[in-house]
Amino acid sequence: MKIAVCVSHVPDTASKISVGSDGKTIDPNGVTFIVNPYDEFAIEEALKFKESKGEGEVVVISVGPDANKETLRKALAMGADSGVLLKDDNYRDSMSVAKALAVQIKEMDARLVFFGKQSVDYDNSIVGQLTAELLGYNCISVVVDLKIEGDKITAEREIEGGREVVETSFPVVITTQKGLNEPRYASLKGIMAAKKKTIEEKPAAENINLIEVVQMKKPAAKQPGKIIGTDSSAVPELVRLLKEEAKVI
Amino acid sequence: MANKVLVFIEQRNGVIKKASLEAAKSGSDLADKIGTVSEAVLIGSDVDNAGLLGGYGIKKVVHFKNSELGNYSSSAYADLFAEYANESGADYFIFSNTSMGKDLAPKIAVKLDAGIIVDAVNLDIDGENIIAARPVYAGKAILNVKINSAKKIFTLRPNVFAAGEASDSIAEVEIREVNSPNLSTKVIDIKKSEGKLDVAEADVIVSGGRGLKGPEHFNLIEDLADALGAAVGASRAVVDAGWRSHGEQVGQTGKTVSPTLYIACGISGAIQHLAGMRSSKYIVAINKDKEAPIFQVADYGIAGDVFEILPALTEEIKKIKG
Repeated sequence: MKIAVCVSHVPDTASKISVGSDGKTIDPNGVTFIVNPYDEFAIEEALKFKESKGEGEVVVISVGPDANKETLRKALAMGADSGVLLKDDNYRDSMSVAKALAVQIKEMDARLVFFGKQSVDYDNSIVGQLTAELLGYNCISVVVDLKIEGDKITAEREIEGGREVVETSFPVVITTQKGLNEPRYASLKGIMAAKKKTIEEKPAAENINLIEVVQMKKPAAKQPGKIIGTDSSAVPELVRLLKEEAKVI
Repeated sequence: MANKVLVFIEQRNGVIKKASLEAAKSGSDLADKIGTVSEAVLIGSDVDNAGLLGGYGIKKVVHFKNSELGNYSSSAYADLFAEYANESGADYFIFSNTSMGKDLAPKIAVKLDAGIIVDAVNLDIDGENIIAARPVYAGKAILNVKINSAKKIFTLRPNVFAAGEASDSIAEVEIREVNSPNLSTKVIDIKKSEGKLDVAEADVIVSGGRGLKGPEHFNLIEDLADALGAAVGASRAVVDAGWRSHGEQVGQTGKTVSPTLYIACGISGAIQHLAGMRSSKYIVAINKDKEAPIFQVADYGIAGDVFEILPALTEEIKKIKG
Protein backbone atom coordinates (compact mmCIF):
# COMPACT_ATOMS: atom_id res chain seq x y z
CA MET A 1 0.00 0.00 0.00
CA LYS A 2 1.27 3.44 -0.90
CA ILE A 3 0.93 6.25 1.62
CA ALA A 4 1.37 9.78 0.31
CA VAL A 5 2.57 12.70 2.42
CA CYS A 6 2.37 16.17 0.88
CA VAL A 7 4.92 18.62 2.22
CA SER A 8 5.87 22.23 1.74
CA HIS A 9 9.08 24.16 2.12
CA VAL A 10 8.53 27.35 4.12
CA PRO A 11 10.38 30.17 5.90
CA ASP A 12 11.34 29.37 9.49
CA THR A 13 8.74 30.85 11.86
CA ALA A 14 11.49 32.87 13.54
CA SER A 15 12.22 34.66 10.23
CA LYS A 16 11.63 38.32 9.67
CA ILE A 17 9.51 38.75 6.57
CA SER A 18 10.00 41.61 4.15
CA VAL A 19 8.24 42.27 0.88
CA GLY A 20 10.22 41.54 -2.29
CA SER A 21 10.88 43.97 -5.12
CA ASP A 22 7.91 42.64 -7.11
CA GLY A 23 5.60 43.85 -4.32
CA LYS A 24 3.76 40.51 -4.45
CA THR A 25 5.99 37.94 -2.76
CA ILE A 26 8.50 37.93 0.09
CA ASP A 27 12.16 38.81 -0.25
CA PRO A 28 13.87 35.42 0.29
CA ASN A 29 17.26 36.97 1.11
CA GLY A 30 18.44 35.97 4.56
CA VAL A 31 15.41 33.72 5.13
CA THR A 32 16.03 30.14 6.29
CA PHE A 33 13.63 27.60 4.82
CA ILE A 34 12.45 24.55 6.75
CA VAL A 35 10.02 21.64 6.52
CA ASN A 36 6.59 23.15 7.22
CA PRO A 37 6.16 22.43 10.98
CA TYR A 38 2.70 20.86 10.61
CA ASP A 39 4.01 18.54 7.86
CA GLU A 40 6.35 16.89 10.37
CA PHE A 41 3.28 15.48 12.13
CA ALA A 42 2.03 14.21 8.76
CA ILE A 43 5.35 12.46 8.00
CA GLU A 44 5.48 10.93 11.49
CA GLU A 45 1.92 9.64 11.28
CA ALA A 46 2.57 8.03 7.89
CA LEU A 47 5.73 6.34 9.20
CA LYS A 48 3.89 5.11 12.31
CA PHE A 49 1.12 3.64 10.17
CA LYS A 50 3.60 1.84 7.94
CA GLU A 51 5.46 0.48 10.98
CA SER A 52 2.25 -0.75 12.60
CA LYS A 53 1.32 -2.61 9.40
CA GLY A 54 4.84 -3.91 8.82
CA GLU A 55 4.46 -3.06 5.14
CA GLY A 56 3.77 -0.18 2.79
CA GLU A 57 5.65 2.60 1.10
CA VAL A 58 5.71 6.22 2.25
CA VAL A 59 6.10 8.67 -0.63
CA VAL A 60 6.61 12.38 0.08
CA ILE A 61 5.44 14.85 -2.55
CA SER A 62 6.08 18.57 -2.91
CA VAL A 63 5.07 21.15 -5.49
CA GLY A 64 7.51 23.95 -6.20
CA PRO A 65 11.05 24.83 -7.24
CA ASP A 66 14.26 22.79 -6.85
CA ALA A 67 14.78 24.18 -3.35
CA ASN A 68 11.87 22.00 -2.13
CA LYS A 69 14.13 18.97 -2.56
CA GLU A 70 15.78 20.00 0.69
CA THR A 71 12.52 19.42 2.54
CA LEU A 72 11.87 16.17 0.65
CA ARG A 73 15.36 15.00 1.64
CA LYS A 74 14.62 15.73 5.31
CA ALA A 75 11.45 13.64 5.10
CA LEU A 76 13.49 10.82 3.55
CA ALA A 77 15.97 11.12 6.42
CA MET A 78 13.10 10.71 8.90
CA GLY A 79 12.28 7.43 7.14
CA ALA A 80 10.08 8.07 4.10
CA ASP A 81 10.88 5.71 1.20
CA SER A 82 10.96 8.02 -1.80
CA GLY A 83 10.13 11.52 -2.94
CA VAL A 84 8.43 13.24 -5.86
CA LEU A 85 9.06 16.87 -6.79
CA LEU A 86 6.35 18.34 -8.99
CA LYS A 87 8.37 21.17 -10.43
CA ASP A 88 7.10 24.68 -10.88
CA ASP A 89 9.07 27.87 -10.26
CA ASN A 90 6.01 30.11 -10.37
CA TYR A 91 3.42 31.17 -7.80
CA ARG A 92 0.49 28.81 -7.48
CA ASP A 93 -2.72 29.34 -5.58
CA SER A 94 -4.04 26.56 -3.33
CA MET A 95 -6.32 25.07 -5.99
CA SER A 96 -3.49 24.91 -8.49
CA VAL A 97 -1.23 23.17 -5.95
CA ALA A 98 -4.05 20.75 -5.10
CA LYS A 99 -4.63 19.93 -8.79
CA ALA A 100 -0.96 19.06 -9.29
CA LEU A 101 -0.98 16.86 -6.18
CA ALA A 102 -4.24 15.14 -7.14
CA VAL A 103 -2.82 14.09 -10.51
CA GLN A 104 0.23 12.56 -8.82
CA ILE A 105 -1.72 10.83 -6.02
CA LYS A 106 -4.14 9.32 -8.51
CA GLU A 107 -1.30 8.07 -10.70
CA MET A 108 0.42 6.34 -7.79
CA ASP A 109 -2.91 5.14 -6.37
CA ALA A 110 -2.29 6.16 -2.75
CA ARG A 111 -5.48 5.69 -0.74
CA LEU A 112 -4.12 7.16 2.49
CA VAL A 113 -2.83 10.72 2.19
CA PHE A 114 -1.43 13.02 4.86
CA PHE A 115 -0.96 16.79 4.83
CA GLY A 116 0.04 19.27 7.54
CA LYS A 117 -3.11 21.22 8.45
CA GLN A 118 -1.66 24.40 6.97
CA SER A 119 1.54 25.81 5.57
CA VAL A 120 2.98 28.58 7.69
CA ASP A 121 3.70 30.73 4.64
CA TYR A 122 0.38 31.52 2.95
CA ASP A 123 -1.62 30.09 5.89
CA ASN A 124 -4.41 28.89 3.62
CA SER A 125 -5.18 25.63 5.44
CA ILE A 126 -7.21 24.27 2.52
CA VAL A 127 -4.89 22.35 0.17
CA GLY A 128 -5.62 19.01 1.87
CA GLN A 129 -9.38 19.47 1.64
CA LEU A 130 -9.18 20.66 -1.98
CA THR A 131 -7.04 17.68 -2.96
CA ALA A 132 -9.43 15.26 -1.25
CA GLU A 133 -12.42 16.71 -3.05
CA LEU A 134 -10.62 16.69 -6.43
CA LEU A 135 -9.86 12.99 -5.89
CA GLY A 136 -13.29 12.16 -4.49
CA TYR A 137 -11.62 11.03 -1.23
CA ASN A 138 -13.03 11.42 2.26
CA CYS A 139 -11.29 14.04 4.36
CA ILE A 140 -10.76 14.89 8.00
CA SER A 141 -8.86 18.08 8.74
CA VAL A 142 -6.97 19.38 11.80
CA VAL A 143 -6.56 15.90 13.32
CA VAL A 144 -5.10 15.47 16.82
CA ASP A 145 -5.89 11.76 17.29
CA LEU A 146 -6.17 9.02 14.68
CA LYS A 147 -7.18 5.36 14.81
CA ILE A 148 -7.27 3.14 11.75
CA GLU A 149 -8.83 -0.32 12.21
CA GLY A 150 -9.39 -2.23 8.99
CA ASP A 151 -11.38 0.09 6.75
CA LYS A 152 -12.71 2.14 9.64
CA ILE A 153 -11.07 5.48 10.38
CA THR A 154 -11.83 7.38 13.58
CA ALA A 155 -10.21 10.73 14.15
CA GLU A 156 -10.50 13.57 16.59
CA ARG A 157 -10.30 17.02 15.05
CA GLU A 158 -9.76 20.24 16.93
CA ILE A 159 -12.68 22.67 16.94
CA GLU A 160 -13.46 25.80 18.97
CA GLY A 161 -13.66 24.75 22.60
CA GLY A 162 -13.17 21.02 22.08
CA ARG A 163 -12.84 18.15 19.66
CA GLU A 164 -15.11 16.46 17.14
CA VAL A 165 -14.87 12.68 16.89
CA VAL A 166 -15.23 11.88 13.19
CA GLU A 167 -15.77 8.55 11.46
CA THR A 168 -15.02 7.78 7.85
CA SER A 169 -13.43 5.18 5.59
CA PHE A 170 -10.78 4.81 2.86
CA PRO A 171 -9.68 6.42 0.62
CA VAL A 172 -8.97 9.36 2.86
CA VAL A 173 -7.00 12.57 3.28
CA ILE A 174 -5.95 13.48 6.83
CA THR A 175 -4.55 16.91 7.71
CA THR A 176 -2.47 16.90 10.87
CA GLN A 177 -2.32 19.27 13.83
CA LYS A 178 0.23 19.63 16.62
CA GLY A 179 -0.57 17.16 19.40
CA LEU A 180 -1.16 14.18 17.08
CA ASN A 181 2.30 12.73 17.69
CA GLU A 182 5.91 13.61 18.49
CA PRO A 183 7.81 13.76 15.18
CA ARG A 184 11.05 11.78 15.31
CA TYR A 185 14.43 13.34 14.66
CA ALA A 186 16.36 12.05 11.68
CA SER A 187 19.14 9.75 12.88
CA LEU A 188 22.61 9.90 11.38
CA LYS A 189 21.87 6.53 9.78
CA GLY A 190 18.64 7.98 8.38
CA ILE A 191 20.45 10.97 6.95
CA MET A 192 23.02 8.71 5.26
CA ALA A 193 20.30 6.41 3.92
CA ALA A 194 18.33 9.39 2.57
CA LYS A 195 21.19 10.23 0.22
CA LYS A 196 20.61 6.97 -1.62
CA LYS A 197 16.83 7.30 -1.87
CA THR A 198 15.32 8.63 -5.07
CA ILE A 199 13.52 11.89 -5.66
CA GLU A 200 11.64 11.72 -8.92
CA GLU A 201 11.29 15.05 -10.69
CA LYS A 202 8.58 15.92 -13.15
CA PRO A 203 6.70 19.01 -14.23
CA ALA A 204 3.66 19.84 -12.10
CA ALA A 205 0.29 19.69 -13.85
CA GLU A 206 -0.85 22.84 -15.61
CA ASN A 207 -0.86 25.98 -13.49
CA ILE A 208 -4.21 27.77 -13.71
CA ASN A 209 -4.52 30.24 -10.87
CA LEU A 210 -7.96 31.54 -9.99
CA ILE A 211 -6.50 33.79 -7.32
CA GLU A 212 -4.45 36.80 -8.35
CA VAL A 213 -2.12 38.54 -5.93
CA VAL A 214 -2.61 42.27 -6.27
CA GLN A 215 -0.15 43.38 -3.64
CA MET A 216 1.79 42.18 -0.60
CA LYS A 217 2.48 44.71 2.11
CA LYS A 218 3.66 44.92 5.68
CA PRO A 219 0.92 45.31 8.29
CA ALA A 220 0.41 48.88 9.43
CA ALA A 221 3.02 49.60 12.09
CA LYS A 222 1.46 49.94 15.49
CA GLN A 223 2.44 53.02 17.51
CA PRO A 224 3.97 51.74 20.72
CA GLY A 225 1.71 52.79 23.56
CA LYS A 226 2.52 54.13 26.93
CA ILE A 227 4.19 52.41 29.83
CA ILE A 228 2.03 53.47 32.72
CA GLY A 229 4.20 52.35 35.59
CA THR A 230 6.48 49.71 37.03
CA ASP A 231 4.45 48.20 39.87
CA SER A 232 0.93 47.58 41.13
CA SER A 233 0.39 51.27 41.87
CA ALA A 234 -0.18 51.64 38.10
CA VAL A 235 -3.11 49.20 38.13
CA PRO A 236 -5.93 51.70 38.88
CA GLU A 237 -4.70 53.91 36.03
CA LEU A 238 -4.54 50.93 33.67
CA VAL A 239 -8.09 49.94 34.53
CA ARG A 240 -9.28 53.53 34.09
CA LEU A 241 -7.69 53.69 30.60
CA LEU A 242 -9.21 50.37 29.59
CA LYS A 243 -12.59 51.54 30.81
CA GLU A 244 -12.68 55.17 29.71
CA GLU A 245 -10.21 55.53 26.83
CA ALA A 246 -10.31 52.10 25.15
CA LYS A 247 -13.82 51.31 26.43
CA VAL A 248 -13.10 47.58 26.39
CA ILE A 249 -14.08 46.61 29.93
CA MET B 1 -28.71 42.41 -11.42
CA ALA B 2 -25.63 40.57 -10.35
CA ASN B 3 -26.09 36.99 -9.22
CA LYS B 4 -26.93 36.36 -5.59
CA VAL B 5 -24.75 36.18 -2.50
CA LEU B 6 -25.13 32.96 -0.52
CA VAL B 7 -24.01 32.79 3.12
CA PHE B 8 -23.31 29.56 5.00
CA ILE B 9 -24.78 29.70 8.51
CA GLU B 10 -23.15 27.52 11.15
CA GLN B 11 -25.08 26.14 14.09
CA ARG B 12 -23.98 24.13 17.08
CA ASN B 13 -26.66 22.49 19.22
CA GLY B 14 -29.29 24.31 17.21
CA VAL B 15 -27.90 27.74 18.03
CA ILE B 16 -26.53 29.98 15.27
CA LYS B 17 -22.95 31.02 15.90
CA LYS B 18 -21.94 34.65 16.38
CA ALA B 19 -19.39 34.37 13.55
CA SER B 20 -22.27 33.45 11.23
CA LEU B 21 -24.11 36.67 12.11
CA GLU B 22 -20.96 38.53 11.07
CA ALA B 23 -20.91 36.54 7.82
CA ALA B 24 -24.62 37.25 7.24
CA LYS B 25 -24.14 40.99 7.72
CA SER B 26 -21.03 41.10 5.51
CA GLY B 27 -22.75 39.03 2.83
CA SER B 28 -25.76 41.34 2.87
CA ASP B 29 -23.56 44.45 2.71
CA LEU B 30 -21.78 42.92 -0.28
CA ALA B 31 -25.13 42.17 -1.93
CA ASP B 32 -26.25 45.79 -1.42
CA LYS B 33 -23.08 47.15 -2.94
CA ILE B 34 -23.21 44.98 -6.06
CA GLY B 35 -26.97 45.32 -6.44
CA THR B 36 -28.27 41.89 -5.57
CA VAL B 37 -29.75 40.02 -2.61
CA SER B 38 -28.28 37.72 -0.01
CA GLU B 39 -29.64 34.35 1.00
CA ALA B 40 -28.44 31.82 3.54
CA VAL B 41 -28.06 28.07 3.81
CA LEU B 42 -28.46 26.51 7.22
CA ILE B 43 -27.92 22.80 7.78
CA GLY B 44 -28.94 21.03 10.96
CA SER B 45 -31.67 19.44 12.98
CA ASP B 46 -33.92 21.82 14.95
CA VAL B 47 -32.58 25.36 14.83
CA ASP B 48 -33.98 28.30 16.79
CA ASN B 49 -34.97 31.59 15.22
CA ALA B 50 -33.45 31.25 11.75
CA GLY B 51 -35.80 34.02 10.62
CA LEU B 52 -33.87 36.50 12.76
CA LEU B 53 -31.10 36.35 10.15
CA GLY B 54 -33.36 38.84 8.34
CA GLY B 55 -32.15 41.35 10.92
CA TYR B 56 -28.70 41.03 9.37
CA GLY B 57 -29.98 41.57 5.85
CA ILE B 58 -30.66 37.98 4.73
CA LYS B 59 -33.78 37.76 2.53
CA LYS B 60 -34.27 34.01 2.58
CA VAL B 61 -32.93 31.09 4.61
CA VAL B 62 -32.95 27.57 3.22
CA HIS B 63 -32.81 25.16 6.15
CA PHE B 64 -31.79 21.61 5.20
CA LYS B 65 -33.18 19.55 8.03
CA ASN B 66 -32.58 16.02 9.26
CA SER B 67 -32.10 14.67 12.77
CA GLU B 68 -28.74 13.21 11.65
CA LEU B 69 -27.45 16.63 10.57
CA GLY B 70 -27.30 18.28 14.01
CA ASN B 71 -23.59 17.54 14.13
CA TYR B 72 -21.29 18.38 11.25
CA SER B 73 -20.86 15.95 8.38
CA SER B 74 -18.46 17.31 5.76
CA SER B 75 -19.84 15.01 3.07
CA ALA B 76 -23.52 15.81 3.66
CA TYR B 77 -23.03 19.53 4.31
CA ALA B 78 -20.93 19.93 1.13
CA ASP B 79 -23.52 18.11 -1.01
CA LEU B 80 -26.46 20.11 0.36
CA PHE B 81 -24.78 23.51 0.18
CA ALA B 82 -23.67 22.82 -3.41
CA GLU B 83 -27.19 21.69 -4.32
CA TYR B 84 -28.71 25.03 -3.32
CA ALA B 85 -25.73 26.99 -4.67
CA ASN B 86 -26.40 25.55 -8.12
CA GLU B 87 -30.16 25.94 -7.88
CA SER B 88 -29.98 29.59 -6.76
CA GLY B 89 -27.41 30.55 -9.40
CA ALA B 90 -25.45 32.47 -6.75
CA ASP B 91 -21.96 33.70 -7.67
CA TYR B 92 -20.71 34.91 -4.28
CA PHE B 93 -20.32 32.66 -1.26
CA ILE B 94 -19.49 33.75 2.27
CA PHE B 95 -18.31 31.44 5.06
CA SER B 96 -16.83 32.09 8.49
CA ASN B 97 -13.23 31.05 8.83
CA THR B 98 -14.07 28.72 11.73
CA SER B 99 -13.01 25.10 12.09
CA MET B 100 -16.19 24.12 10.21
CA GLY B 101 -15.92 26.86 7.59
CA LYS B 102 -12.29 26.05 6.82
CA ASP B 103 -13.16 22.38 6.39
CA LEU B 104 -16.28 22.91 4.28
CA ALA B 105 -15.54 25.90 2.03
CA PRO B 106 -12.71 24.25 0.02
CA LYS B 107 -14.93 21.26 -0.78
CA ILE B 108 -17.54 23.66 -2.13
CA ALA B 109 -14.85 25.43 -4.17
CA VAL B 110 -14.11 22.18 -6.01
CA LYS B 111 -17.79 21.31 -6.49
CA LEU B 112 -18.59 24.76 -7.93
CA ASP B 113 -15.29 25.40 -9.73
CA ALA B 114 -14.98 28.56 -7.66
CA GLY B 115 -11.91 30.52 -6.65
CA ILE B 116 -11.47 30.62 -2.89
CA ILE B 117 -9.89 33.17 -0.56
CA VAL B 118 -9.70 32.17 3.11
CA ASP B 119 -9.28 34.16 6.31
CA ALA B 120 -10.13 37.55 4.83
CA VAL B 121 -9.94 40.48 7.27
CA ASN B 122 -11.26 43.07 4.83
CA LEU B 123 -13.31 43.07 1.63
CA ASP B 124 -12.87 46.14 -0.52
CA ILE B 125 -15.75 46.24 -2.96
CA ASP B 126 -15.35 48.33 -6.08
CA GLY B 127 -18.20 47.55 -8.46
CA GLU B 128 -18.09 43.81 -8.95
CA ASN B 129 -14.37 43.73 -8.26
CA ILE B 130 -13.61 42.55 -4.74
CA ILE B 131 -10.14 42.90 -3.27
CA ALA B 132 -9.73 40.84 -0.13
CA ALA B 133 -6.99 41.49 2.41
CA ARG B 134 -5.66 38.48 4.27
CA PRO B 135 -2.80 38.07 6.70
CA VAL B 136 -0.04 35.68 5.56
CA TYR B 137 3.05 34.46 7.40
CA ALA B 138 0.81 34.61 10.50
CA GLY B 139 0.30 38.33 10.04
CA LYS B 140 3.88 39.33 9.30
CA ALA B 141 2.56 40.46 5.90
CA ILE B 142 -0.81 41.27 4.36
CA LEU B 143 -1.78 39.98 0.93
CA ASN B 144 -4.34 41.78 -1.22
CA VAL B 145 -5.92 39.24 -3.53
CA LYS B 146 -8.77 38.92 -5.99
CA ILE B 147 -10.57 36.05 -7.65
CA ASN B 148 -10.57 35.68 -11.43
CA SER B 149 -13.41 33.21 -11.77
CA ALA B 150 -17.14 33.82 -12.04
CA LYS B 151 -17.89 32.07 -8.75
CA LYS B 152 -16.12 33.42 -5.71
CA ILE B 153 -15.81 32.07 -2.18
CA PHE B 154 -14.61 34.11 0.79
CA THR B 155 -14.13 32.89 4.34
CA LEU B 156 -14.09 35.71 6.89
CA ARG B 157 -11.96 35.79 10.02
CA PRO B 158 -14.24 35.76 13.08
CA ASN B 159 -14.34 38.84 15.34
CA VAL B 160 -13.16 41.17 12.56
CA PHE B 161 -16.33 41.97 10.58
CA ALA B 162 -18.98 43.60 12.77
CA ALA B 163 -22.44 42.02 12.83
CA GLY B 164 -23.86 45.23 14.32
CA GLU B 165 -27.35 45.55 15.80
CA ALA B 166 -30.03 43.42 14.17
CA SER B 167 -32.94 45.24 12.54
CA ASP B 168 -36.40 43.78 13.12
CA SER B 169 -36.72 42.32 9.61
CA ILE B 170 -37.53 38.64 9.49
CA ALA B 171 -36.18 36.40 6.72
CA GLU B 172 -38.35 33.89 4.88
CA VAL B 173 -37.36 30.42 6.12
CA GLU B 174 -37.81 27.49 3.77
CA ILE B 175 -37.40 24.13 5.48
CA ARG B 176 -36.29 21.25 3.28
CA GLU B 177 -36.48 17.83 4.88
CA VAL B 178 -33.47 15.78 3.77
CA ASN B 179 -33.89 12.08 3.10
CA SER B 180 -30.84 9.87 3.57
CA PRO B 181 -28.04 12.46 3.67
CA ASN B 182 -24.55 11.39 2.52
CA LEU B 183 -22.92 10.59 5.86
CA SER B 184 -19.71 9.01 4.53
CA THR B 185 -17.79 11.37 6.85
CA LYS B 186 -19.65 12.13 10.04
CA VAL B 187 -19.13 13.54 13.52
CA ILE B 188 -20.22 10.89 16.01
CA ASP B 189 -19.36 12.72 19.22
CA ILE B 190 -18.10 16.06 20.53
CA LYS B 191 -15.67 16.24 23.43
CA LYS B 192 -15.77 19.62 25.09
CA SER B 193 -12.72 21.01 26.82
CA GLU B 194 -13.58 21.62 30.48
CA GLY B 195 -16.09 24.42 30.00
CA LYS B 196 -13.37 26.89 29.07
CA LEU B 197 -13.63 29.61 26.46
CA ASP B 198 -11.51 29.04 23.37
CA VAL B 199 -8.93 31.67 22.41
CA ALA B 200 -10.10 31.51 18.79
CA GLU B 201 -13.55 32.77 19.76
CA ALA B 202 -12.89 34.95 22.77
CA ASP B 203 -13.42 38.67 22.89
CA VAL B 204 -10.88 39.05 25.68
CA ILE B 205 -7.75 36.91 26.14
CA VAL B 206 -5.33 36.80 29.06
CA SER B 207 -2.11 35.05 28.03
CA GLY B 208 0.82 33.86 30.10
CA GLY B 209 4.42 33.17 29.18
CA ARG B 210 7.70 32.09 30.69
CA GLY B 211 7.61 35.04 33.11
CA LEU B 212 5.11 32.99 35.17
CA LYS B 213 8.08 30.76 36.07
CA GLY B 214 6.08 27.54 36.28
CA PRO B 215 2.70 25.93 35.51
CA GLU B 216 1.70 26.21 39.17
CA HIS B 217 1.50 30.00 38.79
CA PHE B 218 -1.01 29.99 35.95
CA ASN B 219 -3.77 30.38 38.53
CA LEU B 220 -2.84 34.09 38.42
CA ILE B 221 -3.73 34.12 34.72
CA GLU B 222 -6.88 32.05 35.26
CA ASP B 223 -8.09 34.31 38.07
CA LEU B 224 -7.76 37.43 35.93
CA ALA B 225 -9.39 35.64 32.98
CA ASP B 226 -12.31 34.59 35.21
CA ALA B 227 -12.76 38.14 36.48
CA LEU B 228 -12.88 39.43 32.89
CA GLY B 229 -14.85 36.55 31.40
CA ALA B 230 -11.81 35.98 29.20
CA ALA B 231 -10.11 32.96 27.61
CA VAL B 232 -6.68 31.81 28.77
CA GLY B 233 -3.90 31.87 26.19
CA ALA B 234 -0.27 30.80 26.32
CA SER B 235 3.01 31.47 24.54
CA ARG B 236 4.73 28.77 22.54
CA ALA B 237 7.54 28.53 25.12
CA VAL B 238 5.18 27.42 27.89
CA VAL B 239 3.26 25.05 25.61
CA ASP B 240 6.50 23.44 24.43
CA ALA B 241 7.56 23.15 28.08
CA GLY B 242 4.35 21.22 28.74
CA TRP B 243 2.89 23.79 31.16
CA ARG B 244 -0.24 24.39 29.06
CA SER B 245 -2.07 22.57 26.28
CA HIS B 246 -1.56 23.38 22.61
CA GLY B 247 -5.19 24.47 22.28
CA GLU B 248 -4.25 27.62 24.21
CA GLN B 249 -1.18 28.52 22.13
CA VAL B 250 -1.29 31.91 20.46
CA GLY B 251 1.14 32.57 17.64
CA GLN B 252 2.35 31.31 14.30
CA THR B 253 2.22 27.59 15.13
CA GLY B 254 -0.78 28.08 17.40
CA LYS B 255 -3.84 30.22 16.87
CA THR B 256 -3.95 33.63 15.28
CA VAL B 257 -6.36 35.76 17.29
CA SER B 258 -8.02 39.17 16.99
CA PRO B 259 -9.83 39.82 20.27
CA THR B 260 -10.96 43.24 21.47
CA LEU B 261 -8.54 43.05 24.39
CA TYR B 262 -5.37 40.97 24.68
CA ILE B 263 -3.44 41.00 27.96
CA ALA B 264 0.07 39.52 27.66
CA CYS B 265 1.60 38.60 31.02
CA GLY B 266 5.22 37.56 31.36
CA ILE B 267 5.48 37.26 27.56
CA SER B 268 8.50 38.91 25.99
CA GLY B 269 7.01 38.88 22.49
CA ALA B 270 8.92 36.52 20.20
CA ILE B 271 8.27 37.36 16.54
CA GLN B 272 6.05 34.32 16.07
CA HIS B 273 3.91 35.28 19.08
CA LEU B 274 3.51 38.89 17.93
CA ALA B 275 2.46 37.61 14.53
CA GLY B 276 -0.45 35.74 16.10
CA MET B 277 -1.89 38.55 18.24
CA ARG B 278 -0.84 41.90 16.85
CA SER B 279 -4.21 42.46 15.15
CA SER B 280 -5.96 42.53 18.56
CA LYS B 281 -7.80 45.85 19.00
CA TYR B 282 -6.16 46.70 22.34
CA ILE B 283 -3.06 45.11 23.77
CA VAL B 284 -1.87 45.32 27.36
CA ALA B 285 1.60 44.07 28.27
CA ILE B 286 2.82 43.26 31.75
CA ASN B 287 6.48 42.30 31.76
CA LYS B 288 9.52 42.92 33.95
CA ASP B 289 11.82 43.84 31.06
CA LYS B 290 10.83 47.24 29.70
CA GLU B 291 12.88 46.56 26.55
CA ALA B 292 10.82 43.46 25.70
CA PRO B 293 9.43 43.54 22.13
CA ILE B 294 5.88 43.05 23.44
CA PHE B 295 5.85 46.72 24.48
CA GLN B 296 6.34 47.69 20.81
CA VAL B 297 2.84 46.45 19.98
CA ALA B 298 1.15 47.19 23.31
CA ASP B 299 -1.24 50.11 23.77
CA TYR B 300 -0.71 50.09 27.52
CA GLY B 301 2.09 48.54 29.49
CA ILE B 302 3.26 48.01 33.02
CA ALA B 303 6.98 47.24 33.16
CA GLY B 304 6.90 45.32 36.40
CA ASP B 305 6.57 42.02 38.21
CA VAL B 306 3.60 39.86 37.11
CA PHE B 307 3.47 38.23 40.55
CA GLU B 308 2.75 41.58 42.16
CA ILE B 309 0.64 43.18 39.43
CA LEU B 310 -1.69 40.36 38.39
CA PRO B 311 -3.41 39.89 41.80
CA ALA B 312 -3.87 43.67 42.09
CA LEU B 313 -5.31 43.87 38.58
CA THR B 314 -7.69 40.96 39.26
CA GLU B 315 -8.93 42.71 42.43
CA GLU B 316 -9.42 46.00 40.60
CA ILE B 317 -11.38 44.31 37.78
CA LYS B 318 -13.56 42.47 40.30
CA LYS B 319 -14.38 45.82 41.90
CA ILE B 320 -15.68 47.40 38.71
CA LYS B 321 -17.40 44.25 37.48
CA GLY B 322 -19.08 44.00 40.87
